[in-house]
Amino acid sequence: MSDTAAAGRARGGKVRVFLVDDHHLFLSGVRAELGDAVEVVGDADEVGAAIELIGERLPDVVLVDVHMPDGGGQAVIEAVGRIHPEVRFLALSVSDAAEDVIGVIRAGARGYVTKTISGPELTDAVERVAEGDAVFSPRLAGFVLDAFAADPNAAGGAVPSFDPELDQLTPREREVLRLIARGYAYKEVARELAISVKTVESHVSAVLRKLQLSSRHQLTRWATERRLL
Amino acid sequence: MPGHRAHAVRRPAWWRAPRTGGPLRRSTSDRMAGGVAGGLSARLGIDANLIRFAFILVALGAGTGLAAYVVAWLLVPAEGAPTSIGRRALADRRTVALALAFITVLVVVLLVMAAIGLTFTANLVGPVSIAAGGLVLVWRGADTEERAHLAELVGRTPLIGSPERRTRRATIARVGVGVILAIVGLANLVASRGPGLATVRAVLAVNLVIVGVLVVFGPWWLRLARDLAVERRERVRNEERANMAAAVHDSVLQTLALIQRAASDPGEVIRLARAQERELRAWLFEGRSPGSFNDADVATIAQAVSMIERDVEASHRVAVATVTVGDCELTVALRALLAAGREATVNAATWSGAPTVSLFVEVEPGQVSVFVRDRGKGFDPDAVGPDHRGIAESIRARMARHGGSAVIRSAAGHGTEVELIMPRTVEPS
Repeated sequence: MSDTAAAGRARGGKVRVFLVDDHHLFLSGVRAELGDAVEVVGDADEVGAAIELIGERLPDVVLVDVHMPDGGGQAVIEAVGRIHPEVRFLALSVSDAAEDVIGVIRAGARGYVTKTISGPELTDAVERVAEGDAVFSPRLAGFVLDAFAADPNAAGGAVPSFDPELDQLTPREREVLRLIARGYAYKEVARELAISVKTVESHVSAVLRKLQLSSRHQLTRWATERRLL
Repeated sequence: MPGHRAHAVRRPAWWRAPRTGGPLRRSTSDRMAGGVAGGLSARLGIDANLIRFAFILVALGAGTGLAAYVVAWLLVPAEGAPTSIGRRALADRRTVALALAFITVLVVVLLVMAAIGLTFTANLVGPVSIAAGGLVLVWRGADTEERAHLAELVGRTPLIGSPERRTRRATIARVGVGVILAIVGLANLVASRGPGLATVRAVLAVNLVIVGVLVVFGPWWLRLARDLAVERRERVRNEERANMAAAVHDSVLQTLALIQRAASDPGEVIRLARAQERELRAWLFEGRSPGSFNDADVATIAQAVSMIERDVEASHRVAVATVTVGDCELTVALRALLAAGREATVNAATWSGAPTVSLFVEVEPGQVSVFVRDRGKGFDPDAVGPDHRGIAESIRARMARHGGSAVIRSAAGHGTEVELIMPRTVEPS
């Protein structure tokens, strides 16, 4: 658990959350879904205001929409991340485009969930991110499996070769991602593979690291090409 | 020598294989033809390839290895099967007749060959006719899955490959082999009897034997061939009927179930009925079968998956969370796979009660897998009666017909997961 999150827990026992979304209806919807489980310390509906307010209130977790005018979630994450690296981001979107999703993850978001997620699941995801873990929705797991496909021909030849240090997923990581893509929760993945939830979390965090650090140019090209398929 | 012992413990001898207990069963995972060697390997703890080599070695002599293999194929049940193929095949009168006919033809051919001078064929009569008759029984008695495996095996065999795969080169090779055999036979005949009247008499004698056999067995063979043609037509018709039943189930019966559930909402009933009417018209008058992906605008896996997502979400009011990894062109078998996947998704949406259904499709170089999962009520797959066509016809049989497999895991209260796997084969274009 990070210092900020620990401090937040110490003060009120709840994770302090900040919301960024340009749809007001959605902002109020998320507030209602999160309910009392977390403390919502503020919200913003555009990139500039979001960067300013997050810097002021220093929340544990920022729930950020992928799609917004002026650069979207990616711009917010990059700007805040430079000054306050302790603030964590969870991307939230209805967007299906691999390009956008991979973009926010590479900018520094610790996870991606779709807006169809249920209230308790969202709370769970927020708490996970606050503790420094990664949150993979089935869709993100699918994108990652696709981007790291073992056989270049499997995805129509659109898969680039990566820097050898970071270009491969281990067979276990692949198994974990497959189960997540099939709709298994972390707990169910752990039971299916007979490992602990902590181990599942560390596999997912390792995948997140690979996703963020492997050669930028090639991943972006993969995402762009995939959109054209 | 402790060092030596440690070595022996770490690495078993090269000819060893993991050994399992229990009775001898034909392997379904490790098999080239019938899985006999794989089964023996698991039972005896000897490497399967070594056993295969032994069979081939013994077969080279006088075909004994071949006959032994086929007999084992007949008598040993496959893994998970209740009875052996032999028992199933012998229960069918026509199968037995067919095997006997095959054996008589072969015996006659081999004896005639022996008579014209190819004396070594006399030794082959026993083993070869047992093997051939046995293979007929295997073919007729095999279940759908094994038959598909056999068909693939035959398709890969040179000279007798299935017509789709028959190429110009294969035809030339077959004709070449036939001509060489005929020449060798004639040469033998001429050489052994010397020129002149003796040869003519020998040829006459051989012909007399053939005519005699034809007079005795001919009508029976003919009738059998005709019966088989009739049976084949019947099977094709049955298969068509099964395909149609699956299509009707996927569309009309599913819609009727939805209408019953929406009985209190007239608007919804009308909407469902209209949609169904459109679909039926498209099927009956334009030949676009419901629940399948024959439309021109659905050419790849990813397109078909998003079509399932769209359709099921529109008609069932549940969220379908789809994830597609990789993509490829749809083939006949893959269309069947996705039709079964759609059916599983519709089942989950209709019966599970869960608000979300997960649909995961992964394209790998060797296979395409589909997983449909819900966190709903679940059910006991063994307790579903055979009258529920959805699982039996639309999913299991549909997958089996195209060489794929379906596994359904479910338990009351723990949701359901359907796993569908279709191997990717290169289709003749």
